Formats: sequence, C-alpha cells, structure tokens
Amino acid sequence: MEPLLHLSPRSLRRPRSAPSFLVGLLCLVLAACSPPASQVASSPTSSRLALVAYSTPQEAYARLIPAFQQTQPGHGVLIDPSFGASGSQTQAVISGLEADVVALSLESDVAKLVSASLVAADWNRDDFHGMVTNSVAVLVVRKGNPKNIQSWADLLKPDVEVVTPDPFLSGGAKWNLLAAYGARVKETGSADSARAYLKDLLGHVTVQPPSGREAMTTFVGGKGDVLISYENEAITAQQGGQAVDYVVPTSTILIENPIAVLKNARNALVAQAFVAYLRSADGQRQWANAGYRPVLKDVASEVGASFPVPQAFFTIDDLGGWSTVDKQFFDRDSGLVSQVLRELAGARGHG
Amino acid sequence: MATVSDAVQLEPLHRLRRSVRQAPVGFGLTSLYLSLVVLIPLAALIGQAAGTWDQGGWLAISNPQTLAALELTVGTSVLVTLVNMVVGTATAWVLVRDTFAGRSILDAAIDLPLALPTIVAGLTLLALYGPNSPLGVNVAYTRLAIVLALLFVTFPFVVRTVQPVLIALDPEVEAAARTMGAGGWTLFRHIILPQLWPALLSGAALAFARALGEYGAVVLLSGNIPFSTQLASVYIFGEVEQGSTGSAAAISLVLLVLTVVALVGVDVLRRRWNSYAD
Repeated sequence: MEPLLHLSPRSLRRPRSAPSFLVGLLCLVLAACSPPASQVASSPTSSRLALVAYSTPQEAYARLIPAFQQTQPGHGVLIDPSFGASGSQTQAVISGLEADVVALSLESDVAKLVSASLVAADWNRDDFHGMVTNSVAVLVVRKGNPKNIQSWADLLKPDVEVVTPDPFLSGGAKWNLLAAYGARVKETGSADSARAYLKDLLGHVTVQPPSGREAMTTFVGGKGDVLISYENEAITAQQGGQAVDYVVPTSTILIENPIAVLKNARNALVAQAFVAYLRSADGQRQWANAGYRPVLKDVASEVGASFPVPQAFFTIDDLGGWSTVDKQFFDRDSGLVSQVLRELAGARGHG
Repeated sequence: MATVSDAVQLEPLHRLRRSVRQAPVGFGLTSLYLSLVVLIPLAALIGQAAGTWDQGGWLAISNPQTLAALELTVGTSVLVTLVNMVVGTATAWVLVRDTFAGRSILDAAIDLPLALPTIVAGLTLLALYGPNSPLGVNVAYTRLAIVLALLFVTFPFVVRTVQPVLIALDPEVEAAARTMGAGGWTLFRHIILPQLWPALLSGAALAFARALGEYGAVVLLSGNIPFSTQLASVYIFGEVEQGSTGSAAAISLVLLVLTVVALVGVDVLRRRWNSYAD
C-alpha cells in the first residue's frame, strides 16, 4: 500500500530498492530466530500473586486484598490484580497472561483453562465446588417501582422497556436470560412456553450494553424501566446512592462464580492461602458487605436477612450445565437465543 | 493531525526518491519497522482467519446476524464518509479563506476528536444525546446515534487533508478565472474542486476506514440490538469474548478487505485523475 497523503500531482512509483528491503527482512528474520530474552525475566520473588479476575468484583477485591495482607499467611504478599470481561480474561490467560489465581464469572471459562491444561481437572472438587461467591438474577427498577414490576411476567407488559447486557459480549449476562427462561420452565413445565417467553422478552429489550456494569450505567442514565442484573450489582448501585430498587423474583437462578489456582502458579501455597482467605468466615463477611451471597454456610445464615431466598431456586445444572447451555442457547447459528433474534428481526422486516 | 500537514511540506518526491537510493540502510530500517509494527500483525490476522476458514470461518461470515452487522457498518460508514466530504471541505475552506475571531482556536479544536479516548467520546455523546439530554434530543441507542458518533470521530480526516491543498492553491489561477467571469459555484466547481479531489479522496478513504473499525465511540451509544443497531466491531468483540477467535478473525478480515478495497479504489481514482490532469 502506498502512502495516502502524498499530494504531488504525480503519483508515487515503487522505488527500485529491493535489496535494502531485503536487508530489512533479513534483520527481521534474524531477530525472530534469536532466543527470547524474556524467559530469564521472571523474578524469584515468590510472594507475588497475579490475580486475573472478571470486572464486577473489583471494588470487593479492593477491600479483600488488604484484609488478606493483614492475615498471617498474607503477610508481605504482593497481589497484582487485573480486571476485565470474563471471556477476554480467559483468552488472555490462555494466550500467556501471567496468572496465579483466576476469578471468573462463569464456570465454563474455567473449563476453557482446564482444556488448555492451565488449571487442574479436579479444581472444583472441594467443599465449595470451586465457587467463591453466589448471587441471584434480580429485576432492578426505578425507585418506588413506578411500573409495579413484581415478576418475570411483568416484563412483558406493553409499555415496559427492558435493559440487559449482551450475553455474547459479557458471559455473565447469560445468567439473566437463563434466569428468565428457567423461571418460565419451572412455572409452566413447558420448554415451548419458555421459548415463547424468551422471544417476547427480547422484543422488549431496547439496548444491550456490553457488560453488567455498563448496563447499570445505562439504566441509571435513564434508559428503560427494568434492568435484569445480578443482585450484587443492584446492591452496589444502592450503596453508591443510585435511586434504584430491586425485586428478587419468586423463581430465579443461583449465580455461582468460580475461583481457581493455576497449575503453574509461582507459589501455589500462597495462592491457595489467598483463596482460602476469600472463603473464610472473615472473607465471606467482606463479600456479603459487597452484596455477594456467601458460599460459606455459617456466614450465609449470619447475613441471611439481607438476602431474601426466592421460593424456587434453580442452578445451571438444572438447565443441563454450561456445556449444554452454551450450545443450546448461545451458539451463533443454532442457539435458541440466536434463532429467536432472527425471528424477531424477520418480524420487524430486517434481515 | 500534525502528520498530515507535515506530509504536505515534505520535499518534492523526485528528491525524496533520490535520497532513498543514497540511504539503503534508512530504507531497510523503515521496512523493518513497517514489518514489525504493521505488516506482520496484518499477516497474522490473515493467517488466523485462513487457518479457521474451513472450521467455521465462512459460517461466521455468512451468519445472518454477522451480515446484518456488516451491512449496518458499511452503510453508516459510507454515509458518514459522504457527509465528511462535504462538511470537511467546507470547514477547511472556512479555516483557510475566512478570517474571524477565534479561527486559530477552531483550527486547533478540529483534532480533538482524535485526541480523546473514543470511549470518552461515546460517554460524552451519550450524555448529550441520551435520555437525560440537556438539549432535549434523545436519539441514543438508535442508528442515528451511531452516525453521530462516527461523524464525531472521523471529522478531522477530510479537513486535515484538504486544508493544506487549499492553502497551497495558486491564487493567480483563481484570479484569472475571475477575470473571465467565473465566480461563486462555477469557480469552485471548475477551478478549485479539481485541484482538491486527490486530497479529498484521501481524507474520505481515511474517514471510511476509521468508521468501519470504530468500537469505543459506538459500543455504549449504539444500543447493540442484533439486526438493528449492532455494528460489526461490537459483534467481533462478542466473538472474542466467547472464545471464538477464529470467527472474530474471519469477520475482521472482511473489514480489512473492505478497507483495502476503499484505499486501492481511491488510489486508482487519484491516478486516473492525475493522468487526466497531467
């Protein structure tokens, strides 16, 4: 490609200096063949931990990390956290981003790391099934609930606009649609009725922000009547003084967020101590303060009052587990969500 | 964009070409740099797309949702480019030919859309044209919002390519045309515009290429509803997020090809124009 911006009336002709171009290429090849210098760069300091996490719990970790450093095993441990969308973080770790502990929004993201031999296959064989926090999908409404939204069915009222993040951009947003679908299945016992519900629901969705956090920003910025979100995000928004209320529907999905130590962690003992702290009574209380439901039973009953238990609770396993759900709902061609979106587009006269 | 103005003040090309022959090391280093920074990453993208072509790369492109996103992306980019060609030229004209208070400030402000992180541009436009708009204009999450955001980030390109040519125009040609009775539109159409075309097309191609790939300014503003307001760049990010890097590469390749077609097309047009002008 020639430079675009030459403004002389005569156009450039290719300079006949192929030899010097070859010199350049040769340098490049030589540079590419020399051994990488970075292999010797990893420092011997064992008390550094790289935490690669999804974006939502950033504020919680800002409190949890210093608290861990106050404990005996955490003394003198430096933690370098990195936050981003769960899927991107997973890809980054697979591509070589240094990580000792990963905290992701979906179990299926950890499964990708297991496939890449970065996390042991038995990572979730512990008392917590590999999880560190729980939450539920809730309906966030404007202060005072002016449209009187109480249930999943209310989202289909004619004048209700729904905001939910794009399930393809933000893995965590898959919880929202699965909650809506699963609740309908629980209620009617019919997959067809749940599919029809999902189609109606997506017809009420007028904006799909790229992540749960941005969806909250969009909603707080005045768009829509209901935001489908995670309970912890709703609590964070309220703690931040936003004029929102939230409704825990009678039937909703239990959101479970995994954590895992990598096989090649620089100091596996310290990494495990960090994870153990996050699941300790002290750590779990911190999580509860940040709006997450504890996975430790003792703390869960201690703070139970702030976390209403829905009548009907279901988990991802009730829907078949992540590998089934990813294929059944979120395949770009045959997935139920993709199909429903095409049907909606057809009805609107596009595509 | 200083580089654009600098490009104009470069030495005449024949002198440049001679200096290339005198300094093969310099040319070698330049090509090395170009390879490392631009060519190898582009080759890697093509390689990645080709590697997954038979395993769903083609499927990723022919998927109706992808096609809808590509259609919207190309449509809005073309529209924005056309608007830029008219408004950008007019802006350059005003900056060069008119004298008014605050001209230098306006001139400096032209580049700001490039200096601003695009996500900030998106947030600013959202505040301005969103549900809480102080102007009472609520167009956020519509196609119009996409066009507004793209107009914002692509504005400098045509202005900055056309402006130096307008400055360099020979005033005697115009004066001569005037003495022959040409004025206003005729003068612009037959005397000035032909001299602007090459620069105008360059600026248009840059604006088009930028609009095709824009992500930050539109990701919050577009609404991102599939088949309606979902753009290719946002769709591609979704593929990456899903771990479908192969199909992300395949769709990116389509954008890359479109960009190359636009740039080569402009180059062909410009050559044709130059040979005509010669």
